[in-house]
Amino acid sequence: MEGKISHLDWLESEAIHIMREVAGQCSNPVLLFSGGKDSLCLLRIAEKAFRPGRFPFPLMHIDTGHNYPEVISFRDDKANELGERLIVASLEDSMNQGTIVLKSADEPRNKYQSITLLEAIEKHGFDCCIGGARRDEEKARAKERIMSFRDEFGQWDPKNQRPELWNLYNAKVHKGENIRAFPISNWTEMDVWQYIEREGLDLPSIYFSHNRDIVKRNGAIVPITEVTPAKSGEEIKNLAVRFRTVGDITCTAPVLSDADTVEKIIIETASTVITERGETRLDDQVSEASMEQRKKEGYF
Amino acid sequence: MNDTDKNNTVLRFLTCGSVDDGKSTLIGRLLFDTKTILTDTLSNIEKTSKKRGMSALDLSLITDGLQAEREQGITIDVAYRYFSTGTRKYIIADAPGHEQYTRNMVTAASTAELAIILIDSRKGMLTQTKRHSYLAKLVGIKHIVVAINKMDLVEYDESKFKLICDEYKAFATAIDLIQPGVSLEFIPMSALNGDMIVDRGSAMDWYEGSTLLNILENIDVKKNINESSLRFPVQYICRPRESDNKDLHDFRAFMGRIESGHMKINDKVKVLPSNHESKIKEIRIGESILSNARYEQSVTVSLYDEIDISRGDMIVHQNDKLSAVKNFTATVCWLSETDLTQNRTYLIMHTSRTSKAKITDIYYKMNINSTEKEPASILKTNDIASVGFKLAQPLIVDTYIENRETGSFIIVDESSYHTVGAGMIESLD
Repeated sequence: MEGKISHLDWLESEAIHIMREVAGQCSNPVLLFSGGKDSLCLLRIAEKAFRPGRFPFPLMHIDTGHNYPEVISFRDDKANELGERLIVASLEDSMNQGTIVLKSADEPRNKYQSITLLEAIEKHGFDCCIGGARRDEEKARAKERIMSFRDEFGQWDPKNQRPELWNLYNAKVHKGENIRAFPISNWTEMDVWQYIEREGLDLPSIYFSHNRDIVKRNGAIVPITEVTPAKSGEEIKNLAVRFRTVGDITCTAPVLSDADTVEKIIIETASTVITERGETRLDDQVSEASMEQRKKEGYF
Repeated sequence: MNDTDKNNTVLRFLTCGSVDDGKSTLIGRLLFDTKTILTDTLSNIEKTSKKRGMSALDLSLITDGLQAEREQGITIDVAYRYFSTGTRKYIIADAPGHEQYTRNMVTAASTAELAIILIDSRKGMLTQTKRHSYLAKLVGIKHIVVAINKMDLVEYDESKFKLICDEYKAFATAIDLIQPGVSLEFIPMSALNGDMIVDRGSAMDWYEGSTLLNILENIDVKKNINESSLRFPVQYICRPRESDNKDLHDFRAFMGRIESGHMKINDKVKVLPSNHESKIKEIRIGESILSNARYEQSVTVSLYDEIDISRGDMIVHQNDKLSAVKNFTATVCWLSETDLTQNRTYLIMHTSRTSKAKITDIYYKMNINSTEKEPASILKTNDIASVGFKLAQPLIVDTYIENRETGSFIIVDESSYHTVGAGMIESLD
């Protein structure tokens, strides 16, 4: 009974507490699940928070239509294994309805996720979306509350956030407004990998080293796929790579790596010199404030 | 030092100080010297430093967050930063130093175990220093580190450092900051040059004490463990009622986080406010069954007897004298731009329970510059006051001094649902 609990136990306990507050305070929450490593941690936490009962919320994926097939099949298998309901809200539907109009067919779709997300929130009447965002990912996220208020248009107002004190969370909203709840706000990339190792969590195979056709473009490694073909004059190489984050194909780049186990990834993460998003998220590099701007527009 | 140890403990601290005392530089330095800043962040900072016409790397840019902050060169809101060393994971709450200091500092301090109070060695103690120290005491921070910064600008003069230490100690005594269980330490430093943050540097050989990181590494966090009586507020009831699984058909368990003390199998407990008694049958976290559990663990608990328990109830040991109350007096920090008025009804959120509340009295307002009590009939943003409350639903509370987790609450506006105030319970009526 001596001493404080370990940092992983502490982070896990905090996250369980936050999820149970969502369940206790909100009438119709949903958990955003992409098949990525952060949302897989959320699912493990939900199991620890609510089993042997069912989750008091469905899972929802905002599908850009540009996903690695391994991740999509992993997502479906995981929902089946848990026996929980999975809602897939797809950008294609928003495009068919005319609420998303792409400027060109090959335009990156990540920023349009907000539109489909807000449409799904309205359609299902969700008053809270639980997400796997972390404060260490990005500077705008460092300022975000654990329970973050969004107005009727899904907007985040960073200058007018609800103060958050002790471990008391205010998730009260009026109809049409919603809360974004981030149970793993205080986790770093290293904490996530250590938790995955400790809990023995399965991950989509693309997180581990594998051979893939790539080109080098503007300093980033771009995977060659149907939606991201090589440009003329580019030299295609087949190299050992892994993904540090998983998202829309057009904006997620892999890193060169031989790490094919969680242990090896942890060692690599400990010695890396580049941040997770800086290395692999092509969409954050557009301007200094691009994440902040997207969040103000309803992005999670 | 992005180490891979899985058994670190967590230490949460805040940094406070006024606008130009070098707080952002200090945090930047801590992150930089512990190798937490990675190269792409660093190259962004280099770019921005150049854009602003600075010759050296401006470490304070590390803590820049929002667009408006970059434009105006100020910090708007509390930001959270992370780093870890061989033994600990640190969570820094970075509270801005400008006019909304009270609100932001109280927010940052509410979850902190340690406060770093920065003083500019050229200026010595300022009104801000006194306010921050007073607030740190008010929120019950157990470890205070006074960082006397910018020593490079006073030729690393030891006598300057000693003078400020003496002045601070006299002030600390005057406001009763030094109490049993509270530690107070002083460090001379230059955040700009990195002296006495992570590395000792060579400019202050006269100083024999620890570096800042050393103090953070060695603070005795066991003191922060809330070992007082068991407080288990019920957040959620687990009732699977699965008809195809006989074992689960009657399964009923109570979920929550242990806010203080500990529990073990067969402990005699009672549920407040109903006072129904039972014994603990099982404690679990997910699949794993525990024989006991303690402070800060989120657990699922089942009891031997079928008694009616809902969200907001509190499980305590049977011999506990705790009972539900409908009146109390609390120190309130008003956080909203809209005044607190005595004729309105507010919502109080406390542990997992919410009640409507009326204000019965504003006993006094604290002038935190002079630490004198003044009369008040309304409260404005950043005001701190002693307020009497009358509750519609009973709450199960301790005083804040006895128990930080069950002695604190937030005040929510009934119509906007905004969080408008924070309260610390002084006494039960």
